[in-house]
Amino acid sequence: MKKYISQTTILIISILLCVAIKAHAQLNIVITEGVDNATPIAVVPFGWEGEGILPGELSDVINHDLRRSGRFNPMNMSQMPQFPRDISSVNYQSWVDKGINTIVVGKVKELGGDRFQIDFQLIDTQAGSQLEKSGQMLLDGQLVAGQSQLIAGRTLTVTGRDFRQFGHRISDIVYEKLTGQRGAFLTRIAYVAVRDRETVARPYQLVIADYDGENELALLSSKEPLMSPSWSPDGNKLAYVSFENGKPQIFIQDIYTMSRVKLTDFPGINGAPRFSPDGKKIAMVLSKDGNPDIYVMEIATRQLTRVTRHRAIDTEPSWAPNGKELVFSSERGGKPQIYRVNLETNRIKRLTFEGDMNLGGTITPDGTELVVVNRTNGNYHIARQNLNDGAMQVLTTTFLDESPSIAPNGSMIIYSTLHEGTQVLSLVSLDGRFKARLPGVAGQIKAPSWSPFLR
Amino acid sequence: MKTSTSLRSLLIAVPVMTLMACSSGPSEAELAAERNRVAAEQAAAQQAAEQANQEQVRLEAAQRLQQAQEIAEQERDELMSMQTVYFDFDRATIKADFYNVLDKHAAFLVKNMDQTIVIEGHTDSRGTPEYNIALGERRAQAVETYFLNAGVSASQVSVVSFGEEKPAVTGTSEYAFAQSRRAVVVYK
Repeated sequence: MKKYISQTTILIISILLCVAIKAHAQLNIVITEGVDNATPIAVVPFGWEGEGILPGELSDVINHDLRRSGRFNPMNMSQMPQFPRDISSVNYQSWVDKGINTIVVGKVKELGGDRFQIDFQLIDTQAGSQLEKSGQMLLDGQLVAGQSQLIAGRTLTVTGRDFRQFGHRISDIVYEKLTGQRGAFLTRIAYVAVRDRETVARPYQLVIADYDGENELALLSSKEPLMSPSWSPDGNKLAYVSFENGKPQIFIQDIYTMSRVKLTDFPGINGAPRFSPDGKKIAMVLSKDGNPDIYVMEIATRQLTRVTRHRAIDTEPSWAPNGKELVFSSERGGKPQIYRVNLETNRIKRLTFEGDMNLGGTITPDGTELVVVNRTNGNYHIARQNLNDGAMQVLTTTFLDESPSIAPNGSMIIYSTLHEGTQVLSLVSLDGRFKARLPGVAGQIKAPSWSPFLR
Repeated sequence: MKTSTSLRSLLIAVPVMTLMACSSGPSEAELAAERNRVAAEQAAAQQAAEQANQEQVRLEAAQRLQQAQEIAEQERDELMSMQTVYFDFDRATIKADFYNVLDKHAAFLVKNMDQTIVIEGHTDSRGTPEYNIALGERRAQAVETYFLNAGVSASQVSVVSFGEEKPAVTGTSEYAFAQSRRAVVVYK
């Protein structure tokens, strides 16, 4: 009976709270500092064989993706020497003359019934122009036939709705072929938006969006605070803290079915949930045993294991990619610093020593760097520390930075910062060279969490 | 003819006395009935007096209760105007400035044992959100400990931390920060 009631309650709460509406705020990425040595590239506007206008954006999406990555500097359409639609009509020399060694060309053909065929090609104009000049090439007396100037090419059939996503997919392919690194353009972010608490009835919102701010979806609107969204490794669920019942509780919500489950309701703090890399456990902070400590809960069985037992504050657990260690913030040494604990041996080691304090530690996907919020001289900046040699580099010059989250390819960090009195999201590349601000509209934007790769 | 007064009294008294002495007088049954009647009257009178007394006691008790409630309400209203204590940056120790205020709350809670409170802990927006949840809890617990030491029952007090999620004043001025570093005693 009790179980039935609580399930009904959850259902009612879900109906009342879960509103899938398009939030008004859009995160428009404004680039604040560019990279001088970004690779020049040209994304030629795709050809269109159909009636009316293109059902969605393609070239624009690719241009923006590549620019924001900080690694590329896409050419303006007004400067392009020609507009080829496939490799057969490319005039290689005209591009090389303009300093462009790589171009993306493509075309869209309407098939009918909201189906479209998209062909695209990633072309090395430098190689192409060399082949042209030398005519046919001889290698060991053999004629080299073949298109070494074609780096990649695909043909795909998509519906009108998928244009944007396919644009991101092309960006991923371009990024991967040219940098050797997996692209993160099909990823998403989750964050908390706080609307005007005076005028909006349910000002706290849990929002997910494409990594570039498009396709926003408010998963939850609440009268009470929401905190710390964390993605499951399969990209289907978010764990987060909600104060909707007057106290902090950890919930898990499926972002597709919208069903939600209350995972914890212990006395005191229930906070900082983080899915383990295998998705089976959640690390969290509970203060039920006297003061905030780190615990790990197995989701299926709800079995709880206590990880830290110290009267100082222990909080902000974050998993190492190997799933065997956690880093966390602790005051056990006086001021908050980052520590690492081995979950098998329970051995704890201090990792940070620079500045007044270090908080909010996360390890990069390749396991080599620790990203933290570092406070020095009263300023809170995002910094990274090499886990091998301990060398620390401050990455940001913005103020009151917090909540860093790393892209799944380790290339960029999204974090919350203050700009002209409002909390906004910002991006910084891991090497600190590329920075961009995402201005939020109507509210404070905080607690960003970058999704895993989504396929 | 002038009969003397005493002679006249005698003329009346003697026959009456003779009549009384000589008449048969009230019977035993009549006397008993008379006694019962008087007793019943006395009992009724006593009961009435007791009821009136009880009524008086009830009235006075009700009056006292109402007075006590009014005093309690007055005290509560007074306490509503001093629900917040403030903290220094990164600190959770109760400053001496607030002992007086907390003493008043404690005294009220000791006197009104069915009154429950929730102590909310808050921080300013510097630092990370989850660390501030822990700091906010520490501040709320400091107030809780103060109350328990003052004799307030543990069952009357609970604690919740909102960290930096509900600033008292938005913005990043020192004033906004100082106003947000607080614990609030909320009466339930």
